Amino acid sequence: MKKKNIVSKIYTALLLLFLYLPIGVLIFYSFNDGKTTVWKGFTLKWYAELLNDSAIMGSLYNTLIIAFLASVAATVLGTAAAIGISNFKGAKRAIIQNASNIPIINPEIVTGVSLMLMFTLLGVAFSFEMGFWTVLLAHISFCTPYVILSVMPRIRQMDKNVYEAALDLGCNQWQAFTKVVIHEIMPGIFSGFLLSFTYSLDDFVITYFTRGSKFQTLPIQIYTMTHKRISPKINALSALLFVTIMVIMIAINVRNRKAAKTKA
Amino acid sequence: MKSRKPSIPYLIWMVIFTLIPLVTIVYYAFTDKSGHFSFEPFKNAFFYSDIFARSLWIAFVSCLICILLAYPMAYIISRCKEKTQSMLIMLITIPMWMNFLLRIYAWVILLQNNGPIDTALSLLGINVDLMNSEGAVILGMVYEFLPFMILPIYTVMSKIDNRLIEAAQDLGSNGFHIFRKVVLPLSIPGIISGVTMVFVPSASTFLVAQYLGGTDNIMIGDIIDKIFWTDQNTGSAISLMLMAAILVFLIVMNLFGDEEAIS
Amino acid sequence: MKKITGIIIALSMCACFTWAFAGCSKSYDGEINVYNWGENISTGEDGSMDVIAEFEKECNIKVNYTNYETNEEMYNILKNSNSNYDVIIPSDYMISKLIDEDMLAEINFDNVPNFSNIMERFKNPEFDKENKYSVPYTWGVVAMVYNKEMVNEKPTGWDALWNEKYSGEILMFNNSRDAMAIAMQMCSINPSVVTKEDIDKATEKLMEQKPLLKKYVMDQVFTEMEGDQSALAPYYAGDIAMMMENNENLDYVLPEEGSNLFIDSMCIPKNSKNKEGAEKFINFMLEAETAKANADYIGYATPNQAAYDLMDEDTKNNELIYPPKEYTDKCYTFYNLPDDVYSYMQEQFVKAQS
Repeated sequence: MKKKNIVSKIYTALLLLFLYLPIGVLIFYSFNDGKTTVWKGFTLKWYAELLNDSAIMGSLYNTLIIAFLASVAATVLGTAAAIGISNFKGAKRAIIQNASNIPIINPEIVTGVSLMLMFTLLGVAFSFEMGFWTVLLAHISFCTPYVILSVMPRIRQMDKNVYEAALDLGCNQWQAFTKVVIHEIMPGIFSGFLLSFTYSLDDFVITYFTRGSKFQTLPIQIYTMTHKRISPKINALSALLFVTIMVIMIAINVRNRKAAKTKA
Repeated sequence: MKSRKPSIPYLIWMVIFTLIPLVTIVYYAFTDKSGHFSFEPFKNAFFYSDIFARSLWIAFVSCLICILLAYPMAYIISRCKEKTQSMLIMLITIPMWMNFLLRIYAWVILLQNNGPIDTALSLLGINVDLMNSEGAVILGMVYEFLPFMILPIYTVMSKIDNRLIEAAQDLGSNGFHIFRKVVLPLSIPGIISGVTMVFVPSASTFLVAQYLGGTDNIMIGDIIDKIFWTDQNTGSAISLMLMAAILVFLIVMNLFGDEEAIS
Repeated sequence: MKKITGIIIALSMCACFTWAFAGCSKSYDGEINVYNWGENISTGEDGSMDVIAEFEKECNIKVNYTNYETNEEMYNILKNSNSNYDVIIPSDYMISKLIDEDMLAEINFDNVPNFSNIMERFKNPEFDKENKYSVPYTWGVVAMVYNKEMVNEKPTGWDALWNEKYSGEILMFNNSRDAMAIAMQMCSINPSVVTKEDIDKATEKLMEQKPLLKKYVMDQVFTEMEGDQSALAPYYAGDIAMMMENNENLDYVLPEEGSNLFIDSMCIPKNSKNKEGAEKFINFMLEAETAKANADYIGYATPNQAAYDLMDEDTKNNELIYPPKEYTDKCYTFYNLPDDVYSYMQEQFVKAQS
């Protein structure tokens, strides 16, 4: 048993190294006083320039707001859909479920291109311009199936009798739903939300095709900046993003632990 | 709880934002530039069949490597104490929050000539060109998509009742036997959803090959991107073919999965 | 439940912070949408002039500034996306295409008095003969950059890009028009106006070159050349000058057979909603100080005489950026190609690469 433990630990360590080494390298070069990957001494100037770059800050804001709105909308839409779909039976259910999986099965680039074609046609017909709204709609569309995908198994595994029992014990339908059903499928909803958020935050391809030309998100901004070369400002940005994410995640984890302790 | 109504908003949404765009793309794939019915786009699209095959191959290999790396990891995590579990999952999720272009760019830095890895290898007397190869592209893909394989497998494994394993142990099964008869069959759904989450994006990705690959590693996503700005009809045709290929792959995967689960 | 609340709180906080950043708005007399190449304007970085901020201050017009990567991307957005722009900066051949398709508005030069700063030789260019639609912004030639450590004898012409000695260390344009032009010069075809047969020959030439190449690149050329990763590459002169600043091992060649001379000019699309604002912007860009700041930042040559006069001697005498007249006489400019030839060229280039 002990030997197994050591092997597991080494494996975990190596895998985490694989995941974090590239990020570490990015952060390392954010302190480089030179524009290439040749080390020219320590500097903080890229951070100063980053905070003064209104284009990057603006697109950061766009990215966050899109990711937040899209993942909240997708979580609500997707959870409701999963509950509804689970009550369909047989062929109907299979058809609906497969159709809802289309944005997942469909390559991102195809989703992006097809949405672009549609928005272009609609845009000409109703004279609107692609931008914030088309990107938001596109993001909700590709996030929702991921929510359904993560909530569905939880619903399937849920003991239906628990709900009945709650009703028998005097809960009304709404109480039984929020206290029992939502509680049971919460891990699924949570991971659906998380997936949606990361997908939306990270999405380049679909945004690239549906953004029109004026709306910039961070991935688009980064892509545009590579027109000449990647400025170390971007490295500084990744370092800040990374630290922010770390702090948020650790804070949540600590909170949960405390909550768990007080419960126990 | 028994009602189907909650799904109605999404069903409407799906028709507007999934089905209608697909109809649009089908329309474009079967018309020429002046809007007349034509097979021309598909004729043009077939020229790229080599790149097509290559993209599917790269995606397949990346997917396989992801499974091999992710499966033990997911298993290890699922057998840890709950606290450790949530911490490890957190650690695996964090890199996904970083922008994908940046993550790929990081590998460009790592792998380039005279970069950290190249320098280390040449100290050992190994001189290989790490960049601009199929290997580099696959590495990039694996790095990009590994968390999306670990998470679903872990989700399924964490739900395997420990008592089931204990019961098997009590009945005299050894470790490998337990794994084969209990853990593996129960984790198949996780692998399948992991595969959908890894294979699809890696087969259709663009830019990764442009950053890490050489002249021979261009992928079908890059072609769609290039073609779409001048010829939306051929672009649509290639997109449709890509969709079809991936659909076939997934159907095969599903059949395979079902058989595994039954046996 | 707590996890989610935690995340939501954290995220809304992030959003609020960024809101605060983005939200410091003030009132303007109007706004214009400017659509330009990436990194094609002085931004205030490293003590340079922040051109957009200066313009906003001086004219009290808000500028929405966005980027594109290629002429074709810009064209596609303009044509298909229903978006309106007030100032765009396409290249020569794209301008004639836009004029042909009636997509540009005539500029009222009474509102652009600084046009007199433009050098005579850049007025009334081939793509806009009566100079009604465009105001030149930058110009330059395509040259070759090479690494002295890896290439021991100075190359003279494009044939170096087909030289087996440098196999695996050569970079090539990932852009059909530029790559095809070089291949055509190798086949003694004038790339200004071409036919499908010319394209076929060039495609063959490119296929011959492909096994020797390390990569087809655009922007990656900076990382590749500045980091001593590749031996030689064709690129735009202004960018080569910048690479040379960052890496002493690099040097340039103006290919002896001549090269492409390109001009990027400011234009106003027909569907502009604020033409007057656009003209003010163009006029501002033509002011000697602004034009100099832009030229210094971008590294490309300026067609603006007043700005040129302000330049330091080193820049003026740099033959890479301002090649002598004997050289530019050997150069050609791109003309607009008929649609079918143009898309044939794009398709063939993608085929040559695959």
